[in-house]
This record gives sequence, C-alpha cells and structure tokens, in this order.
Amino acid sequence: MYVAVKGGEAAILATHELVAEARRGDPAIPEISVAQIREQQALACARVMNEGSLYDSDLAALALKQSQGDVIEAAFLMRAYRTTLPRFGSSVPLDTATMSIRRRVSATYKDLPGGQVLGPTYDYTHRLFDFALMDSENVRVGLDPTISGREARPSTTHPSSGDARIKPEHHAAPLDAHMPRVPDILGAEGLMEAEEAPEGDPRPFDLTRDPVSFPADRDVRLQAMARGDEGFLLGLGYSVQRGFGGSHPFVGEVRVGEVAVELVPEELGFAVDLGDLTLTECQMVNQFQGSKDIAPQFTRGYGLVFGHAERKAMSMSLVDRALKARDFGEAADYPAQQDEFVLYHSDNVEAAGFVEHLKLPHYVDFQGELELIRRIRRERDERLAGEQDSKEPDAMPEAAE
Amino acid sequence: MNDKTPGSTEKTPRQIWMATLARASRSEIETLLGAPPAHEVLKAPETGTVMVEGRAGGAGRRFNLGETTVTRCVVRLSNGRMGFSYALGRDHAKARLAALVDAQLQDEAEGSALHGGIARLAEHQTAARQRASRKAATTKVDFFTLVRGA
Repeated sequence: MYVAVKGGEAAILATHELVAEARRGDPAIPEISVAQIREQQALACARVMNEGSLYDSDLAALALKQSQGDVIEAAFLMRAYRTTLPRFGSSVPLDTATMSIRRRVSATYKDLPGGQVLGPTYDYTHRLFDFALMDSENVRVGLDPTISGREARPSTTHPSSGDARIKPEHHAAPLDAHMPRVPDILGAEGLMEAEEAPEGDPRPFDLTRDPVSFPADRDVRLQAMARGDEGFLLGLGYSVQRGFGGSHPFVGEVRVGEVAVELVPEELGFAVDLGDLTLTECQMVNQFQGSKDIAPQFTRGYGLVFGHAERKAMSMSLVDRALKARDFGEAADYPAQQDEFVLYHSDNVEAAGFVEHLKLPHYVDFQGELELIRRIRRERDERLAGEQDSKEPDAMPEAAE
Repeated sequence: MNDKTPGSTEKTPRQIWMATLARASRSEIETLLGAPPAHEVLKAPETGTVMVEGRAGGAGRRFNLGETTVTRCVVRLSNGRMGFSYALGRDHAKARLAALVDAQLQDEAEGSALHGGIARLAEHQTAARQRASRKAATTKVDFFTLVRGA
C-alpha cells in the first residue's frame, strides 16, 4: 500500500524553477519555437501524437518543448490534455484508399498499379553525418555529404539536366488518383485472407472508456497498439521475425500521405470534412492459412498510425498478425502472440507511471519492510541458537542449508 | 492525385465549401469574408475531440485509431440563417469566421463574389495538392530484379 506524504512545497516550487532553467539551456542560445519543432522535428511530433493518442501537431510540438524532448513525458502531456476536452463524436471510418500519396512502397510487387513512390525517406541515405547542417542554415540537401554544401536554390532555378538526383517537380505528372491497396490486389485473386466488416459493422470498442477484458478482440488490440510504445512494439515485432512467433512476412505495402477525416454532426445530419490527417499504413503479407472450407491464403497484419511513422506502423502490423494466432488455431507460445501480455505492457504512459512511481517516497512501506526483515533475522538467530543448544552433542550431522 | 476535394463523391456544394474552409487558414478566411456581418454566436467556438476510426486492413472491422482535436462554432445572421464550422485544430477565431462564411454562402446566389472567392480558395488547395503529388512523383521508382547465377 502506498502511504502519501505531505510537505516539501518550497522544494517543489524551487525544482519547478530549476527545471524551467534546465529546459531553457544556455540563455545565450536562441530559444526554439513550437513552430520550429512542428516543422523541423515532425517525426518526433508524430511519435508524440501516436503515443499521446491525440492528433494535433502544434500540441505535440509544445509537449516536446515543455518536456525537453522527452517523448514519453510529452505523450503524457497529450493524454492529460485530452481528458480535459469534450468528445464531439466518432469520425466516419477513414478510407485509406483515397489517401493523397506522398510515399508508397511494396516489397511484394515491382510493378504496382499506380507505381512505387519513394517519397521522403531515409532508407537510401548513407547514415553519414552531414556536418554542413551543423554550421549553416538553409542547407537544402542535407542527407548525403556528397550532395550537401550546395546552397538552397530558389525553386525556379533548374538544376543541371544530367543530375539524376534532383528532378524538378514541374516535369513530373501528378500521381494516379487511385492507388489500390496491395492486399486488395491479392484479394481479387482470392489469395489473401478476406478483410470484411463483421455483420452490422459494429461500433468499435473504446479502451479509453471501457475496461479491457481478455481475450481481446481485434479492434481492442489495434487501438492499444496504435497508442502503444513504438520501442515496445518494435521489439515484439523483431522477436516475431527472429522466431519467437514464427512469421515470415513481406511488406505488401507501406503508404504515407493525407486522408480526409469526416464527422457527421447530429445537428447537421450530413458528413462534414474536417480536414486532412497525415497517416502511415502498413499491410504485411504473411504465410498461409487454410481450412477444410477455405483454400490456403496469405494472412494479413495491419498497422495504421498518425503522421509519418513507418517503423511504428510496420511493428504494429507484425504484432497484429502474431496476435491473430488464436483465430488461426496456432499455438500462442511467445510474448508477441499473447494479447494480455502485449496489451497490458504496450502503453508507455502507464508503464512509465508504474515504473517511475518507485522513486516517490515510500517511507512507510519501507519502514514496514525494515521491521519485517529485522523480525525474520531475529527469529532466525533465535532458532539457530536453539538448534545449536539441542544439537551440541553430535556435531554437524548434515551440510548446512 | 485527386483533382477533386478529397473523398468527394457526390458531395453537396455546402459540403464542398465546408471542406475548403476546414483546410483554409484563419487569414485566408478573414480575407474572404471581409467585414463580418451582424450575427449572434449560438454556440461559441469550442475545442473538443473526435475519435478517428480506421478499419482493420483498410476495409475490415472498425477500430479506434486515436482522437484528434476539432473546433466547432455555430452562428446566426440577423436574417436567421445559421452557419456552422467544424475543422481540425484549435483555432477559435477561424471557427467563428468560417461559420459566418458558411451562413453567408447559403444565403447568396451562386455567382456572388463570396462564392467566387471560395471557389478560388478551393482551386488553390487543389493546386497545392497537385504540387505535392508532383513532388512525390519525382521519386517514382522502377526497381528491376537481378537474376543471380545466370
């Protein structure tokens, strides 16, 4: 039992001042603005939006600024703020097939209808430091030391035509309006596990409103993973690949882009388009399952997250498939296949709260433990002394425990 | 990419202009509206959340992805016409201005200056989407497979 303590107000006020000072760093260095974080640390903001389970890039940037870049602390701020807001309702389910694509790759098909679009990615960078970013502003191409150092050009200037690295966008035609989701291509051939809404298209379970029970259904699992810790899901996804869950998946598709989100307000009775959300979706294609009635098919793992967050979406889709073990009658021998383990430990705000509460004063509890261990030792000493007295005649019959 | 307003299948003109207003900045709407007409605020700008739903696999069972901030506002012009605004984010001033534009657009004939203005705004948004799409298209890739041991 945790027994609260009182007092310490003056010290706590002083620590608030000190943390403000620590957060600001050297006052000779210009202060970073929330807009700068939003625009220039967008991937960190995406992580905070996901784990804070609230889409608002301004707030995510503010949270990162306020928490000195501590992502979990920032997610905590988002969660706390969310609880102060009324909920207007639930959106119309998103249609990711209408996504305005910024990036779309497939590891299963070379030639996809609509094409493969690399978009902005670090996948093909050399992971070498670009020191030009350290000293100068407006370095436009800053991923590869062999390219950077050029000054930013106004976008009207044409780079030399022989430069394969930079193609001006006005030479390119816009992407196709319709980019079919890759599993749907396999699905058309009947090779992919069907993904259909259950009878009546029921409202999803909301774990922010109702307590979770196990076994948990897929809607609960997907919601928990969407707000779960990226590192935890990455580790579990990795474990599945390494054999702790036996799966050999392919990335059917990763797509990143903007999707319109709609709400049907009661007072209007028609769908209102609220604007665009940036989302990342991953469709993982896994090996076969079949039954007496169904011929063998590929099986799916699905990941959908806020912002540009591929690692998270991919990890989620790996664990989503692993958690379907029960549905397919597979043995659930490994952590990634066990919904109770995954769902109870994926929430980093909860996990951090429970781990970090250990540093709060536990004086009374510890006093109790101290008294207990002293009593146990006292009793042991007394018992040993008693045994010593009675066993004095025949010395050491057996080895000591 | 989409030439139309995103997700627009048989949308009413009002749905289309509300979508345009949701994506517009506060200053764009301010410029569009000009001097605000006489009105009363029926529902003051209020920020809340909307739970965003996805579907497993893109088309399957619904699930809750997470919430998003949304701000809404309802106004009434002196002639009784009501205007609504619902948009992502937390901009209260924008919500009120957008609700006013919504009310006025319902009142005005199709060829009015305000209708022209919102149409131009929609065009700008489409152009921006097309620009983003063309930028993405510059990274379109053709991988080819290498046959080993041939």
